[in-house]
Amino acid sequence: MISYGHHQFPGKLFVVEGTDGSGKSTQLALLHQWLKAEGYPVFFSEWNSSPLVKDTTKRAKKRHLFTPATFSLLHATDFADRTERDIIPPLKAGAIVLADRYVYTAFARDVARGCDRAWVRDVYSFAVKPTVAFFFRAPLDVAIDRIVSGRPNLKYYEAGMDVGWADDPEESFKIFQGKILEEYDRMVSEFGLTVIDASRSIERQQREMRLLISQHLNKKRRGKSH
Amino acid sequence: MGRSTHIALLRTWLESRGHAVLDTGMTRSVLAGRGIKEAKTGHTLGRLTMQLFYATDFIDRLENEMLPALRAGFVVLTDRYIYSAMARAEVRGLDSHWIRSIYSMALVPDAVFYLRISSAQKLVERVVSSGRFFDYWESGMDLGLGEDFYESFIEYQTRMLKVFDRMSSEFGFNVLNASRSVRSVASDLRRAVTKLIDEPATPTEYNVSPLIPAKDKPSPAKPSTNVIDKSGHGSHG
Repeated sequence: MISYGHHQFPGKLFVVEGTDGSGKSTQLALLHQWLKAEGYPVFFSEWNSSPLVKDTTKRAKKRHLFTPATFSLLHATDFADRTERDIIPPLKAGAIVLADRYVYTAFARDVARGCDRAWVRDVYSFAVKPTVAFFFRAPLDVAIDRIVSGRPNLKYYEAGMDVGWADDPEESFKIFQGKILEEYDRMVSEFGLTVIDASRSIERQQREMRLLISQHLNKKRRGKSH
Repeated sequence: MGRSTHIALLRTWLESRGHAVLDTGMTRSVLAGRGIKEAKTGHTLGRLTMQLFYATDFIDRLENEMLPALRAGFVVLTDRYIYSAMARAEVRGLDSHWIRSIYSMALVPDAVFYLRISSAQKLVERVVSSGRFFDYWESGMDLGLGEDFYESFIEYQTRMLKVFDRMSSEFGFNVLNASRSVRSVASDLRRAVTKLIDEPATPTEYNVSPLIPAKDKPSPAKPSTNVIDKSGHGSHG
């Protein structure tokens, strides 16, 4: 098993991270369009999308079967399937893989829920280190506002109701998101995350992303076109 | 082999002596049991995914079944524990530090009974005489070790046996020659379990678990008992 930071693949892996409501998925979709238009082979992989694990997760969420440890492990199972199926093979084939949420989501959420920081990192040590990991940082109140106003009901685990911080879902969600943001901030230097100020305009953020990404694509295109 | 037979016998015997018993086993969790079985019917289950799915199953049973039962003073019998998972991971070339750290929150069992069959060939005889076909995963078909189920089974089980034998000394398994009659294996098991119950030990952990707060750790109640064997990696009991 090759561990985090040691994979060597010809492809490129770009991931977006951030609290709910930070606008990361919008930015990734724009990036996807651009890369396709530029003629790159692009694959997209999203959090919680393993066909093998999805049903189990759905059922467990509905029936409130999770503890922090099993929540963490089942999400790791889902992520392992994505890694083995959607991420490593295209990277080996030299393609670009875009991931909406990556291991840092698990590190932030699971630790916020009370899992041990070192343990969660060990569990995910099989992950491929991204070429660039963008962290869309939005002020807490902005992110919470975007989510709460866009959705009438916060889901049980999404709001961190399982941990029992507060009886009110909105109150619990705020506490949870605050802890998640703290974990993200701590990971910026630990994993070298690229911070994008998500309070600026969509266009500006996208320009910045494209600029950063093109530095990693230049070599490859030059090699191809000549 | 004969794990489920021996667990059933042990359970009846313990209950007749007045002990409350919980018996559990791999892939029997409420959370992940069904998902694992479904994933195993396809041909897309990767080795990392499989390990983590089993770990989810294990921790669910540990937190929701085994720990509460131990706290309540039950004897816990489990058909395979973390060792089968660790052996499978190792045979599949996964990092042993990785798999061991995942399972670091497991309790050290009061006893691990290793029902040992001395060779893969002997194991084949037992599979054949039971009248069931070779199982895809029990034959290690995902590893591409042989040209058919039989060849693959022999190679895979030989490797598993080697890993179990090594873990046996590392973790101090109680080795029982499972080629003998059910009756004599069962009587060895009873003798060993009697000794444990008469001299209760305090369960300890491999590590201080970050996820199980001190107040929730099981009190030194009845010992837990763990039964595994060298065929301990298939879905069949």
